[in-house]
Amino acid sequence: MAYSKKDLISTKDLTTEDIYQILNLAKDYKNLNLQNEKKSPLLKGVTVVNSFFENSTRTRTSFEIAAKRLSSDAINFTASNSSTNKGETLIDTIKNIESMQTDIFIMRHSSSGAAQFVASRTPSCVINAGDGCNEHPTQALLDLFTIHEKFGSFNNLTVSIIGDIAHSRVARSNIYAMQTLGIKVKLFGPPQMMQYTKVFGCEICKDMDEAVSGSDAIIMLRIQLERSDDETPFPSIREYCRYFGLSKTRMQKAKENVIILHPGPINRGVELNSDVADDPRISTILSQVENGVAVRMAILDIVYKNLKGL
Amino acid sequence: MKTLIKNGTIINANESKKANILIQDDKIISITTDEPSADIVIDANGKLVMPGLIDIHVHFRDPGFEYKDDIITGSQTAVAGGVTACCPMANTNPVNDNATITRDMIEKAKKRGLIDLMPIGAITKGMKGGGITEMGEMSEAGCVAFSDDGLPVSSSDVMRAALEYSAFHGSFIINHSQDCSLCRNGHMNEGLMSMKLGIKGMPREQEEIMISRDMLLAKLTGGHIHIAHVSSAWSLKLIETAKKEGINITCEVCPHHFTFDESELENYDTNYKMSPPLRTKADVEAMRDGLKNGVIDIICTDHAPHHNDEKQREFDKAPFGILGLQTLIPLTLNLVRDGVISLNKMVELTSLNPAKLLKLNDRGVIAEGYLADITIVDPDFEYLYDEKLNKSKSQNSPLLGKKLKGAAIKTIKSGRLVYDFPNVVA
Repeated sequence: MAYSKKDLISTKDLTTEDIYQILNLAKDYKNLNLQNEKKSPLLKGVTVVNSFFENSTRTRTSFEIAAKRLSSDAINFTASNSSTNKGETLIDTIKNIESMQTDIFIMRHSSSGAAQFVASRTPSCVINAGDGCNEHPTQALLDLFTIHEKFGSFNNLTVSIIGDIAHSRVARSNIYAMQTLGIKVKLFGPPQMMQYTKVFGCEICKDMDEAVSGSDAIIMLRIQLERSDDETPFPSIREYCRYFGLSKTRMQKAKENVIILHPGPINRGVELNSDVADDPRISTILSQVENGVAVRMAILDIVYKNLKGL
Repeated sequence: MKTLIKNGTIINANESKKANILIQDDKIISITTDEPSADIVIDANGKLVMPGLIDIHVHFRDPGFEYKDDIITGSQTAVAGGVTACCPMANTNPVNDNATITRDMIEKAKKRGLIDLMPIGAITKGMKGGGITEMGEMSEAGCVAFSDDGLPVSSSDVMRAALEYSAFHGSFIINHSQDCSLCRNGHMNEGLMSMKLGIKGMPREQEEIMISRDMLLAKLTGGHIHIAHVSSAWSLKLIETAKKEGINITCEVCPHHFTFDESELENYDTNYKMSPPLRTKADVEAMRDGLKNGVIDIICTDHAPHHNDEKQREFDKAPFGILGLQTLIPLTLNLVRDGVISLNKMVELTSLNPAKLLKLNDRGVIAEGYLADITIVDPDFEYLYDEKLNKSKSQNSPLLGKKLKGAAIKTIKSGRLVYDFPNVVA
C-alpha cells in the first residue's frame, strides 16, 4: 500500500512501505537533479506556497528548488512580510492564500501542532516543514535517505542522536521513523534537554563516549536557544562543547565507518568541531542538503498525486 | 405565591427522602408527605431534588471582556447548569479591586435576578502582586473572599499580609497556586506527554511549591487559605497534612481535573488547554480519591469562557480555560455512577460546603426555613450538549457536541423557576 494521505505532518503516519516509497522516488529525483536539465513536468500549473512563519534558509530554499524542479509555480512568504504580523490569524492567512487557487502549502511554524491545525482546515496539501518542537518529517526522511545511501540498508543499524533532544523536532521525526524501520536509536544530551525523553523508548546514554561508540550514524543537534526562553540557560558554550560536543578526539570511540549528520545550521565549536564537520570521510552534512531536494521532490510528487487521486 | 415540588427524592448531604416541598415566596416553608395546595405544582417524580448548586469559582468576564460572556449570560449559563449562586473572580477589566466595581457587579446580577452573584475581590491592587486591596470596604460591598486568580501572589510578604488582613475582616484568601519561576512558558502539564507533543510543559511542582508556601503562611498568620483548582496528587498530600496539623486550609477541584487527563491533548485540541493543566491518569485518580476521602472540600467549575477566535488557533497561542457550568452536573454524576461518591456527598461538595465556606446559613440544605434555591436533577437523562443548549457566549468546551448523561431540568432561585430544560417535562 502506498502512502495515501494528502498531507505529510508526522513520520508517525508513515509505514515502512511508505518510507521506502519516498526514498525510492527520491533516488530517481536525485538522478534527475544530476542531469543538465533538472526538470520534471509533474507539477506544471500547480501552485506551491512556501509558507514560512518562522525563519529558515536551507529548508525554504530546498523546498523552493524542489517545487520548481517539478515545474510548479512556487511562491514564498515569510513571517516578516506576512499578514500575521498585522494581527491576522494563521487560518485566515491560509484561507486567503487558498482563495487564490493554490494547491500545496509547505508550512513552517513556531507552534507545535500548527501544521496539523492547518491541514485539518484546508482541502490543500500541507507538508510540515517544521512545527515548533514537534516534528520535521522531511528532515528525518532526508537523514534516512543519506544513511541508506551510505549503508545500502537499514538492517542492524544503530543511530545516536545527540544534543538538545527536548527542543528538537528533527529528533522526534527521526525517532519515530527509525523505530518504524527497526533501527536502534540512542539518545544523549545535557540533563535539562533530556527530561522525559524516556517516553520515546530509546536507549538513553550516560556520556558522550557511550553515545558515540557502536553507532553507525550520529546525528548531532543544534542547541535550540530560540526555543528555550524562560529556561535557565546552559552554563557556557565552553562547558557544552566539553561534555556534549563532538570532536575528532571523541570520535576515537566511534566505529570506523561511522557517518555524522547534522540538520544545520551548525554551531561550529559548540556541538560540532570543524575537524569533524569538514571531514569528508565522515561528515555527510552537505550530502544531506543535496538529498533534501530529492526527498522533498518525492514528497511533493506523492502528496499531490494523492490530492488529485492520480 | 406558593409552589409545590411533589414526588421528588430530596437529596441533602445527610439524608435522602421522598417528600414534597412547599415554597412560599423565596422560602421553603414545609417538607411534607402531604400534598398542600399551591399556585404552581411541579411534579418531580423520578427526579432528584437538590439544594441549588453554589459555584465558588467562575469567570464571567464582566466588566471588560463581555464578548466572551457577561454577568447576564453568565447567570443564564449558571442556572442552566443548576447553579443558583456564583463567585466570579476578579480578573476583569478593570480588575474588581474596589468596592465600586464590586457593587456594580452585584447590582447587574440582581437586576436580572437569576442567581446570587458574590464576587471575589482582588488580593492586590490591579492584580499586580503589590499592595493589598481595601478588603474591609470590599467585604462590606459584598466581596466574599479575595483572589488574584489567573495569577498567583508571588510575594510571600504580600500573601502574609493578605492572610492577616482578610482574617481580620472575617474573610479568606484563594490563591492560584503557581510558582511562576517554574512556568517556563509552559502550555500543558510537563511530563512524558509534553515531551511527546513537543509542547512546553509546566511541572506540577510549581503548584505544589506554592501550596507548601501558602500553608506555611496560613500557619504563621492563622488566616484561612483556600486552594483553588487542585490538580496534582502531591498537592492533595500537602493539603491533607496541613489539615491534620490544624492549619486553616480548604481546597476545591474542578470537574475537568477529575475527568480528563493529559492524553486528551494528543490532537492539540485547545479546548483541553487550561491552567492548571490536565495532568496524568494517576493525578485524576488522586482527585477522585480526594473527593472520596474528604480531603477535597468543594467541587467548582473555574468556568472560563473564551471567544472562538481566541481558542481556534495554534495551541501555544490559545488562552487557558474551559466552560464548566453546564457540564458540572453530568461530570459530577459520573463520580456517583462510578461509585466514587454518593449523591449525598455530591450535594455536600457542590452546595453545602460552598455555603459553609461562604458563611451562607440559609442555603446548602433543603429544609424548612431555608432559601428556596433548588435544583431538580434527572440523573439518567441523556442529551446532546449542543449550541442550542449552551447559554454562554463562548463555545470552549471539549464536551460541546457530545452526548451527556444527567442534567438540571429545572432550577429554582429564591422560589422562582429560572430555568426549564428545553422539551423536558419534570
